[in-house]
Amino acid sequence: MSEPVSEMIPGERIAITTDTWTEPFWQAAKDGRLTACQCTDCGTFRMPPTPFCPNCQSQNTDWPTLPGTATVFSFAVCSRSPYPDLPDFTYVPVVVDLDGAPGARLVSNLVGIAPSKVEIGMAVQCDFNPIQDGWMLPIFRPLD
Amino acid sequence: MVWVNQDKTAIVGVGATPYYPRGQSHPRTINEMVGTAILAACEDAGLSVRDIDGFAYYSSAQAGYTDKMDTASLMEMLGIPEIGFTAALTSGGGGSAGAAGLATAAIMNGDATHVVTVMALQQRKQRLGTVFGAVKPDPENSFLQPSGLVGPGHLMSVLVRRHMHLYGTRREAFAEIVISQRENALNRPTAMRRTPLTLDEYMESPMLADPLCRLDFCLETDGAVAFITTTSERARDLKQKPVYIHGSVHGGSRKWGRAFAWMGMPDPDFASSGHKPVADRLWAQSGVKPSDIDVALIYDHFSAMVLMQLEDYGFCEKGEGGAFVESGAIRYKGGSLPLNTHGGQLSEAYIIGATHIREAVEQLRGDAINQVDDAKLALVTGGPASLPVSGMVLRGEG
Repeated sequence: MSEPVSEMIPGERIAITTDTWTEPFWQAAKDGRLTACQCTDCGTFRMPPTPFCPNCQSQNTDWPTLPGTATVFSFAVCSRSPYPDLPDFTYVPVVVDLDGAPGARLVSNLVGIAPSKVEIGMAVQCDFNPIQDGWMLPIFRPLD
Repeated sequence: MVWVNQDKTAIVGVGATPYYPRGQSHPRTINEMVGTAILAACEDAGLSVRDIDGFAYYSSAQAGYTDKMDTASLMEMLGIPEIGFTAALTSGGGGSAGAAGLATAAIMNGDATHVVTVMALQQRKQRLGTVFGAVKPDPENSFLQPSGLVGPGHLMSVLVRRHMHLYGTRREAFAEIVISQRENALNRPTAMRRTPLTLDEYMESPMLADPLCRLDFCLETDGAVAFITTTSERARDLKQKPVYIHGSVHGGSRKWGRAFAWMGMPDPDFASSGHKPVADRLWAQSGVKPSDIDVALIYDHFSAMVLMQLEDYGFCEKGEGGAFVESGAIRYKGGSLPLNTHGGQLSEAYIIGATHIREAVEQLRGDAINQVDDAKLALVTGGPASLPVSGMVLRGEG
């Protein structure tokens, strides 16, 4: 039996909500742009975005366009469907360090790779999965 | 500097319902189970339920993750005439070993004399294993849930992977935790899993979130456990040998913070239990060191997180938890640190940490089923979880 390749979670099953502080991240994703919340005053990144910079307590934020590449910090391999009514499939939840945003991580999925090939430290590239209500979810693929 | 309130309070009664497989406590209601456990704890202590005058909860006074405990309802139900204290440690199960410290705060402040702590769990509506997947999206969890990490075990598997990567920790170490606790459960009527387990069987257990397999996950059970804390003076007049609160702390650092609900922890905190600051404070507060501990009741929602707590509490160096457990150190028979002698949450029952307190009390009274000879000092922990995490040292009269 050949090894399965990791899949995207069906976007129609995924819903998100936003607030004042997280919405710019999701709006950028809608435009196909990966960003992270950065303090205007001291430059510290924070994810998920919150109302205050934990380093200097400023509320001024920037949303720089990041290169979209990242490094796998850790991962799991799941082969059961997260939805009882959907058949099992393989997916790889990953925690990634975002390039261009030191200290900022995303919890996401790595798709299009055999699980045995996934390694901590590997380079990955952002892509987007269309989800409910017209939002786009950043996911990652192996960097070519 | 040793804690000013050391040994000034004691646990004097413990009570529980039977433990049930998930959902099978129905048609008992959640308040009925809470009441049954509290009445049993009073009976054990030789107290009337009318003596209860304080409530010190953990887990934000939740009963499991879908029900809520309410002091006024419990007073009305049980006929408790008046209270002077009712409070809870925040967040979830991480506070289980800190609630006795909260009870001590109530007692030493003169607010109450007989303080009850209770946890109850009934998984009829929603099983804990996939609890996060069933939660409605909010702005914070929208950065976590879409990854398909649907339950606590899925989230922690990512921490475990990092530990294996950094330190070369092997699945054999997690197996040893599961197998040794199963051994401890074999002779216990209260235990859900009472058949011996081999390494081969462990290795064949299906992966739920690789590197964690089904046997690394704790049980999903129903039940309730309550215990009563009072002054040591009062304790000496009661029915049971007092079990003194020698130290009890909760808290933790921002580097751990929301932990696996956040995943922003730097190394080495990421592949840890988040307990290090609490452990350091507990040893300082209690004047006890790891080698003094006779029996350890370590929060075991997931096998690998036991290993990381052993590191954070200093039973071995950071990164050496695998070798430590693989050496046989945590075995009840022949180990240097008998661990989860009741079978723990992996093999006996999962009541969000409360069974560990029950077992510690039985060990220190000298009437545990798997009694550790001459046990005088027990360590109990709560968490890893979002802060607070907690630790407690209990002392028996030996």
